Amino acid sequence: MLQIATKTVIEKPTGWSTPQGRDAASFVKRGKGASTVGNRDRGQGTPGNGQTAGEWLDQMDRLAKDSDEAAFAELFEHFAPRIKAFLMKSGTPASMAEECAQDVMATVWRKSQMFDPARASVATWIFTIARNRRIDLIRRDRRPEPEDLTWGPEEEPDQLDVLSLQQESRKLGAALADLPTAQRDLIEKAYFGDMSHGEIARITGLPLGTIKSRIRLALEKLRLAMT
Amino acid sequence: MIRHHLSDALLLGYSAGQLPEAFNLIVAAHVAMCDECRARLAAHDSVGGALLEDCDSVPMAKDSLSATLARIKGHAPEPRVKPSPVRGVLPAPLRDYVGGDLENVRWRAIGGGVKQAILPTTRAASARLLFIPGGVAVPDHGHRGTELTLVIRGAFRDETDRFGPGDIEIATEELEHTPVAEAGVDCICLAVTDAPLKFNAFMPRILQPFMRI
Repeated sequence: MLQIATKTVIEKPTGWSTPQGRDAASFVKRGKGASTVGNRDRGQGTPGNGQTAGEWLDQMDRLAKDSDEAAFAELFEHFAPRIKAFLMKSGTPASMAEECAQDVMATVWRKSQMFDPARASVATWIFTIARNRRIDLIRRDRRPEPEDLTWGPEEEPDQLDVLSLQQESRKLGAALADLPTAQRDLIEKAYFGDMSHGEIARITGLPLGTIKSRIRLALEKLRLAMT
Repeated sequence: MIRHHLSDALLLGYSAGQLPEAFNLIVAAHVAMCDECRARLAAHDSVGGALLEDCDSVPMAKDSLSATLARIKGHAPEPRVKPSPVRGVLPAPLRDYVGGDLENVRWRAIGGGVKQAILPTTRAASARLLFIPGGVAVPDHGHRGTELTLVIRGAFRDETDRFGPGDIEIATEELEHTPVAEAGVDCICLAVTDAPLKFNAFMPRILQPFMRI
């Protein structure tokens, strides 16, 4: 499947000091199903220049708010084949990977309101769901999680935080693509394959950049809103 | 104020889903207490997201979208609920293992007022809760493999530093240390090690008289 990369433009609305709703789409214009990465055309869409903001946020928003099936179909078309590939790389047989990719996408539907675009890109959020499904599938080791922090029904993340986070995610993607192949392969093996803790401890130089600080900021606001 | 955090290797291993259960538990428990590491963990998850985005894709079966739509048809997305602040002593991931809060821990005395409760995990690594009365020292001990100790309540000191609530000590095989619980509040820790606990070898040492300081 090949997505036609569509350049998107951030338009700063005037007087957006108190953006309403989690409707990132209200000021992030994008083409239908816009994605910067079609197949493996790395490093395009120079990150940080605001050219390609908020992939898939619009679809997630329509999914969470309106249970929009067309939005779900677009997400499915893009992510399901990647999830299937991810699971197969981890050693899952094709037929089971197919079924589990469907499970993961069903979870995306079910949990769509829990997605917080100030703390993760859509790809990252879906990765965590796919990873958990994979652990259920092939590992005996349970993986307890810290309690989920979600916005209450009323509270919403700041749209500027959302944009910054999405921008940081793109930077990270580009930095990862720019790594020497050997290092990148090692990182991919850690995330997609099987690796002992000893091997993992030897991985250095994850290009995390400043994305942590962004997420930390979003967490602080969330904590404030929770009290 | 938490001063001792998770290592990048632990965060990466947890994010990638590659750790034994006991390690997963202590990482989750620390993250539940520490927003700094919650953010660092999310950053590590972002690497997984970027890799997924950039992943070669394998075509889905022809009818898979309609099959999935049929499954979710009629199920509205789960509503968001405002998380209620966690009260009590144990962080959420630990409560699941204990089946409640501190009062539900089934302690076993191991001498000198020290108590422990072994938590059910896979055998690749072991996890136990430790109760060390204020002012009591755990005798000199070395350990095989890596030993992680997360302070839940109270504080202890050893040759390296002071560890308070939320702090995690990552001790390698090389470290010989004598953790001493600070006077005052009893110290409750979660201790995890990837070397199987050797009770036969361990018990006689633990039965040595504990020093009161």
